[in-house]
Amino acid sequence: MAIEIEQPTVELSKVAVSETHGEDSPYFAGWKAHDEDPYDESSNSSGVIQMGLAENQVSFDMLEEYLEQNSEASSWAEGAPGFRENALFQDYHGLKSFRQAMASFMEKIRGGRAKFDPDRIVLTAGATAANELLTFILADPGDALLVPTPYYPGFDRDLRWRTGVKIVPIHCDSSNNFQVTLEAMEAAYMHAVAMNIKVRGVLITNPSNPLGATIQRSVLEEILDFAKRKNIHVVSDEIYSGSTFSSSEFVSIAEILEARGYKDSERVHIVYSLSKDLGLPGFRVGTIYSYNDKVVTTARRMSSFSLISSQTQHVLASMLSDKKFTEKYIKTNRERLRKRYEMIIQGLKTAGIECLKGNAGLFCWMNLSPLLETPTREGELALWNSILHEVKINISPGSSCHCSEPGWFRVCFANMSETTLDVALKRIHSFMDQRKTDAIQSPPQQ
Amino acid sequence: MVFKLNSQLLSRIASGNGHGEDSPYFDGWKAYETDPHHPTENPNGVIQMGLAENQLCFDLIQDWLKKNPKASICTPEGLNEFREIAIFQDYHGLPEFRNAVANFMGKVRGNRVTYDPDRIVMSGGATGAHETIAFCLADPGEAFLVPTPYYPGFDRDLRWRTGVKLIPVDSDSSNNFKVTIEALENAYEMAQLDNIKVKGLLITNPSNPLGTILDRETLRSIVRFINEKNIHLVCDEIYAATVFSQPDFISVAEILQEDIECNLDLVHVVYSLSKDMGFPGLRVGIIYSYNDAVVSCARKMSSFGLVSTQTQYLVASMLSDNEFVEKFITESKRRLAARYRVFTHGLDQAGIKCLKTSNAGLFLWMDLSGLLKEQTVEAEMELWRVIIHEVKLNVSPGCSFHCLKPGWFRVCFANMDDQTMHVALSRIKTFVNKEADTKKKPKKSLRWQGSLKLLNPPRIYDDFINSPHSPMPHSPLVRARN
Repeated sequence: MAIEIEQPTVELSKVAVSETHGEDSPYFAGWKAHDEDPYDESSNSSGVIQMGLAENQVSFDMLEEYLEQNSEASSWAEGAPGFRENALFQDYHGLKSFRQAMASFMEKIRGGRAKFDPDRIVLTAGATAANELLTFILADPGDALLVPTPYYPGFDRDLRWRTGVKIVPIHCDSSNNFQVTLEAMEAAYMHAVAMNIKVRGVLITNPSNPLGATIQRSVLEEILDFAKRKNIHVVSDEIYSGSTFSSSEFVSIAEILEARGYKDSERVHIVYSLSKDLGLPGFRVGTIYSYNDKVVTTARRMSSFSLISSQTQHVLASMLSDKKFTEKYIKTNRERLRKRYEMIIQGLKTAGIECLKGNAGLFCWMNLSPLLETPTREGELALWNSILHEVKINISPGSSCHCSEPGWFRVCFANMSETTLDVALKRIHSFMDQRKTDAIQSPPQQ
Repeated sequence: MVFKLNSQLLSRIASGNGHGEDSPYFDGWKAYETDPHHPTENPNGVIQMGLAENQLCFDLIQDWLKKNPKASICTPEGLNEFREIAIFQDYHGLPEFRNAVANFMGKVRGNRVTYDPDRIVMSGGATGAHETIAFCLADPGEAFLVPTPYYPGFDRDLRWRTGVKLIPVDSDSSNNFKVTIEALENAYEMAQLDNIKVKGLLITNPSNPLGTILDRETLRSIVRFINEKNIHLVCDEIYAATVFSQPDFISVAEILQEDIECNLDLVHVVYSLSKDMGFPGLRVGIIYSYNDAVVSCARKMSSFGLVSTQTQYLVASMLSDNEFVEKFITESKRRLAARYRVFTHGLDQAGIKCLKTSNAGLFLWMDLSGLLKEQTVEAEMELWRVIIHEVKLNVSPGCSFHCLKPGWFRVCFANMDDQTMHVALSRIKTFVNKEADTKKKPKKSLRWQGSLKLLNPPRIYDDFINSPHSPMPHSPLVRARN
């Protein structure tokens, strides 16, 4: 055995020891609580119900049905371009058939209102890699991206950790349903300037996580115009585009560019993934679609660090180029998500809880601010904690999404069965009832 | 689309040459791409010998797949696992995957060592593993020592987005390019004098491009060296299962089991299934570290390059089939050995020598210095262009591996069938005979006139912008890397 020497631990890099990986956030703490005591319908009915994970589990049956009829093994048979060729394929351009299938799928999601060129599609192992990669390309260490709040907590890691790039928040609030305003963008920009930080772009998520709502056309136009004036990039993360409850309500930035004849589009880049719309987060399928040739080329080269398994590309290429299947899937998936959304909204309403009007995504944005002891982040975290330990559901506190208004929570509804959702709603109902009873018995000190 | 934007609109990383692709090295790829050899459709096309792929054992794998349809979650037999696997995105990876990989790594080393599945971290291929390790161990501006000749991709993988430097540690043909402690010490000292902080040493064992393995004494002295300097040791063992003849492969894990002083926190292994199994497309990269903090950090970073769970599941299934694994490892070595023999014998008959100490890898290290007009890198590049355009073989020139001695070429032999191999050999023989005949005659114009930049072998401050003969593992046109 090697004799272990007591030596001062040799240093790791600054990136390694920093906490920018963001795992100490309450966003993840709730997951841990769930992992230690996970709800199970039969074996652990009093466990923690996970409502902090934006997964789409409502449409697996359609995928399974497709695969049953189109087995992967059939492509392994001799004669066909089989396993061998597939296993050898490591070209960072990606399988052409897969890129074509992705382009066509993205077009279908947008109801054909935008066209996508397969040669502008760069493949990455998940949107996580895509967002980091784009940041490496669009900004230098110390520069900033403007990101509207509230935003997906993972951005803190994806955009900043290894890149050294900063996030400057564009503050949004409930007064106008958390929509981005020109004022807020200007304020964020000026704030960066005041700190001597160079702004390189705006990164929006449309439909929004955690709001569960699409960005309106007029706002998108404003963002584009703003970016043009400041000569900065626009990254539109459209990972939830296929999870809009009604196809017509989602406007992609691609549509706006098309309407503008693609003028000034070199500053625009779209991120997409199959993790949400198709419910395949394990497969690590992300893409960058850029209207900028240099970004496409560079992104492609960088994708070497995070290519998509050729095995996965192959299976999905055939699935997503099956027009009959994709049409049915997109339509059915939307309907099921809408049903779930209506179920949870109704359930929460009956419990006396209001949510932001949503029309997309795998979650709703719930307003518990009336319940806060103090309208502060601490008050919100205290409430979150009691919900986690008393109600035994894990939801995501708005502060972990950098929401400037305390009391809002993101609640996921698509990662469980309807039965479980029902259980969760009942628990919330009891919790609210209990609080009303408590309030009557011991009214708050005025 | 006309690029109207301010040209400074992209980052420095994006605007620079760190991707490593601006190189005359490309000509080989382009030539192959535009005129690829095919036994029947294009028998006179360029044969690809610049690609270190292992294609010799796919029949065994396909046979296994046919018998094990359950290994795929996308078959009727495996479908009931689909949901759970498709939704699993935990960066720890499937436990069965980590177990199977640890098991495989041990078997490849004749069970002389065992690997702990909890120290196995995924990455986007070995490419992703190297970059991640660099991000974990070094800050921008700090450096790794790397013995030459080395895999060209390191220049991109370890430096591009990390800002880390590479300091080549030269070896010489006079001792078969073996890395010496003296050379390591010298390189380390020079770095100190130049005020560069060395954070680690990166070795590839078995070596690409040499195809040699490190003997026990050298490995031990390397471990002593890094321990004494308190710097990290990264061992890329990607070719571990390709050691096809004696002596046996000795991994760093084995050394650590011996009676030797070493701070285990300094040692990390990079691995992948791309070479040993021939699965580069599946992007199965592994970081194995004896340092808990590095395991933890690399695992978090693996979010940027996780292995598809569909693939994790398949690999787990395949590599936990011990009977298959043992048969595969043995047969793969046998076929590689046979290829190597036929090739080196054929070359020998043509009067071409290869590095005689090679006993591993998917390539041979060929000495064509006898055919050079003069012993310079320029002459090597000139010869290389002739080989590509006249002999129609894409081989890799030694300078792209930062080899100081001109005239050496890496020739891959495991990525083609027997027939193609014989075609390649006969072309080489013809060429060599022709060269012998025309040796006294000055060569006229080359058919291809590239921008022949003056090549100064890169030294410590290897900056891509000044180093045209760079590591260009793959073509922007299509395809792969070596």
